[in-house]
Amino acid sequence: MTDVLDPPSVAERHEHHEEHGPTGILKWLTSTDHKVIGMSYTVTSIVMLVIGGAFAELIRAQLTTPNNNLVSLAQYNELFTMHGSVMIYLFMGPFAFGALANVIVPIQIGAPDMAFPRLNALSYWLYLTGAITMLSGFFVAGGAANFGWVAYAPLSNSVNTPGAGADLWIGGLLLTGFSAIFTGVNITATIFYLRAPGMTMFRMPIFTWNMLITAILILLAFPVLTAGLIMLYCDRHFGTHIFSVAGGGVPVLWQNIFWFWGHPEVYILALPVFGMVTEIIAVFSRKPVFGYKGMIFATITIGALSLGVWAHHMFTTGTVLLPFFSIMSLLIAVPTGIKMFNWIGTMWRGEVWFSTAMLMALGFLFTFLIGGLTGIYLASPPLDFFTHDTYFVVAHFHSVVMALMMGGMGALYYWGPKMTGYLLNEKIGKAQFWLLFIGTQVFTFPMYLLGLKGMPRRIGIYPNHPAWQNLNDWATVGAIMIGLSSVCFLVNIMYSWKKYPAGDNPWDGHTLEWFTTSPPPHHNFYRLPQIRSERPTWDYNHPGHSAAAHGHAGEVLIEKEPVS
Amino acid sequence: MSKVFRVEPPALPPQGVSVRTRRWRRVRRLAALPIAALALAGCTIPSFGASPGATTSSKSVFDLWQGFTIGAIIVGGITTVLIVWAVFRYRRKGDNIPKQSQYHVPLELTYTIIPVIIVLGLFAATLVVENKEVANPKTNVTINANAFQWGWKFTYPGQNVVVVGQTTQDPEMVMPVNENVHINLTSSDVIHGFYVHAFNFSRYALPGVLNQFTFRAVNTGTYDGQCTQLCGLYHSLMWFRVKVVTDSQYTTWLKSKANAAAAAAESAATNQQTSSVVPTKPTEGNS
Amino acid sequence: MRNEAKLLLSLGSFFGLMVAVYWFWSHENAGSVMMFCGMLLCFLPGSYYYFWSRRMKPRAEDDPNATQASGAGIVGTFPGTSIWPFTLGMGAFFVVLALVFGIWLLIPGLGLAFWAIIGGTAEGRRGGPH
Ligand code: HEM
Ligand SMILES: [Cu+2]
Ligand SMILES: [Cu+2]
Repeated sequence: MTDVLDPPSVAERHEHHEEHGPTGILKWLTSTDHKVIGMSYTVTSIVMLVIGGAFAELIRAQLTTPNNNLVSLAQYNELFTMHGSVMIYLFMGPFAFGALANVIVPIQIGAPDMAFPRLNALSYWLYLTGAITMLSGFFVAGGAANFGWVAYAPLSNSVNTPGAGADLWIGGLLLTGFSAIFTGVNITATIFYLRAPGMTMFRMPIFTWNMLITAILILLAFPVLTAGLIMLYCDRHFGTHIFSVAGGGVPVLWQNIFWFWGHPEVYILALPVFGMVTEIIAVFSRKPVFGYKGMIFATITIGALSLGVWAHHMFTTGTVLLPFFSIMSLLIAVPTGIKMFNWIGTMWRGEVWFSTAMLMALGFLFTFLIGGLTGIYLASPPLDFFTHDTYFVVAHFHSVVMALMMGGMGALYYWGPKMTGYLLNEKIGKAQFWLLFIGTQVFTFPMYLLGLKGMPRRIGIYPNHPAWQNLNDWATVGAIMIGLSSVCFLVNIMYSWKKYPAGDNPWDGHTLEWFTTSPPPHHNFYRLPQIRSERPTWDYNHPGHSAAAHGHAGEVLIEKEPVS
Repeated sequence: MSKVFRVEPPALPPQGVSVRTRRWRRVRRLAALPIAALALAGCTIPSFGASPGATTSSKSVFDLWQGFTIGAIIVGGITTVLIVWAVFRYRRKGDNIPKQSQYHVPLELTYTIIPVIIVLGLFAATLVVENKEVANPKTNVTINANAFQWGWKFTYPGQNVVVVGQTTQDPEMVMPVNENVHINLTSSDVIHGFYVHAFNFSRYALPGVLNQFTFRAVNTGTYDGQCTQLCGLYHSLMWFRVKVVTDSQYTTWLKSKANAAAAAAESAATNQQTSSVVPTKPTEGNS
Repeated sequence: MRNEAKLLLSLGSFFGLMVAVYWFWSHENAGSVMMFCGMLLCFLPGSYYYFWSRRMKPRAEDDPNATQASGAGIVGTFPGTSIWPFTLGMGAFFVVLALVFGIWLLIPGLGLAFWAIIGGTAEGRRGGPH
């Protein structure tokens, strides 16, 4: 029977569902509940992180000594290609817009579910099958894709890269691409149509705002990638010459298409994490987000600019308009800077609590600061000319993605209790944080220097070069520390399994998800507070401490005690 | 004094004034440290890990690099100090609820406008160096560089000189010092990256595109170059060298190369074969 | 509705401005076309929302003074569980595998997909199981 949601009678209905809904594997296969799907996304993306991380450790193992032959050159090409692909397409992306967003966004705006629950489930299945497709490249003759995660034409055509691995890579990306597009549609529709009464656009939590802009960016960018992949497939199998000079095509066109998706993708990965970090910092400082409106403005500006900077990845092709892309890219630093100072402003005069989630958020701040500053160099064509495709770039984007990983880990510590009902162990969490934080710096700083000393990226062996050796050793030490931190995380999950009940609001949270039970009931709420600011739960719990001067917060209209 | 105060959130309790002013001064003093350190260092600005460059434009790139880095250290330093300060000064000690201040428009505008100014400054500096680097001055020496899987071919047009090398024998591109050398860069298969570390420069070798640029080396010496864009199996081995020599050495080298080529052409009936080797892909198992 | 429309329309306008500058400066086709399409993609839903926002009363979620009671009523219909997304996903999986391993895989692929589309549509009409 279809569920008709009208708030006053939600509770009775849902008691019923929870008793009779399917459990176990059938629940996983058939659920359209955004929380279950979000959980599936979370677990799957963490598995991808472990797989991608294993590739990374192998890469670092190979690069520890010069002229190493732990893996062959052919295997090395597969390793970094699949490391990059798994991390970007299968871990960070789905984690950012599929995992936590799926669980949290509807709850933060007081919605019973995503707007299109079955489409949401389809997104997950496309993601999972896409991941399986891409990874199965390792089991076919010729091995997995080996043209780098960017698949530059003409290296990716059927002459230079024959074999099923490359096609599986394309196929996997088609599936995950559609998965992302559907998620984008779903998030946008949910935010536009399912907000609770009083939840105006400018009362949405920053995380939800960032997810909205992310979703719009997904809708703008991903179709371009999908189209490009179809062209690439046609070039490989149907004899078209879109990207090959021989038939009158233009190889650089692929780069234009790829990066037109690829740069917004950077923000598709980053904006959700910015949102997570914003929430964490505000809650653990016991203050409202400083400059809430400025924060939203910054997010929109980043989204708007991100469509016009793609060719900063192509400065060295000699075929792009350097000044345009340079100034557009530099300008993105401005809203990013605003965010940075707003985060600091949120902590300023606050009551900062060093929980694991907050530590991770602080680790994000510092690491992202480094990644952001080095990004500014790369926006300047002359500086890009001398660092492009060297380890400087690898270090730059690892500063960024490791910062995102810290923010994401923080969000798991922060929202995990809401999703599962149980807290994670804080001691192990802090060990994980310090390993991850220090490891990241030990890993990236030598790589910056390696790049400046001329070590190109994507090389499986390098000669005995006096300036490179120590740096490579340190980078490997950092990589091992990062690996250990991930082990800590897995150990923590096992150790804390159902050990520390969280309660509904363990952190004194601000937003609606902390108003409901942990985990929330089938359609999320038994009751909703009056929404008069972007912090309805805080207003309810701390009357007289609202940031907004007007309005009567804290009035609960639908009184109904939670059913256990 | 009141100026300083404008930056702080408004409505301070009166007894907090003196303490907070002192604190704020301390912050400013901390922020001034890196600037002072740099001023002390004076003319010897460190290289921050980069190479000072062996061509005229690579020297400007190096200057730009130093400028950016100093800026980054100042901005990054201030931001880090602010983060660390906020974190330790305001760590949670009890269960009180701090003042719920949310907006401070002048402050927010300040940290919007200052970055815009910084960015425009960086952009202006970028333009200056970039224009120098992409300029096409008059040249006497032209070298055609061609990348292929997996090696390089340097042709000296009109001189009957060709240098080819792949994977195990790195080719050497010889060029004269203090002379504008024009490079025509092409690729015969996939995309490669022409990167000379000491010249602080790289450019893609693209199939179907002619990329042109000019080097003016200021020191003689031999510099490493390598392919930086993934080009397939032996990408890691696509090294070359750039040898910058004096003008007379250059002429001598050209002559001897041309003579050798001519001799080879005469001795072998297979004309052209030695000078322009058709590149063959190395077979599996290359060491 | 008004703010949603404004967001999309201003994004679209910004892209319009950007593509104008870019095109007249660079005359580069690919990027200009893609940015132009991005602009259209914002204007399309944006103008739809704008159109309706002028013709309807603000919804409870647009009203800063709304009480929870003013939102009472049917929010929407939400299926509890459904097997069809999984079926459709498997169909898509086989279709993609057909791209790699052979055209015959289209048979299970399209079969599953059609089955799922029919099943899902029927379920939507009937109001599926829980
Ligand atoms: C355990 C932590 C990690 C380590 C030790 C690591 C190590 C590396 C190394 C050494 C490379 C360079 C390979 C080469 O150029 O030869 C690389 C490339 C890359 N990494 Fe990571 N990485 C880590 C985490 C991540 C994460 C979390 C992401 C993204 C979310 C990521 C994304 C990438 C991408 C996109 C590339 C480029 C691949 C390519 O060149 O095609 N990495 N990684
Ligand atoms: Cu980019
Ligand atoms: Cu190469």
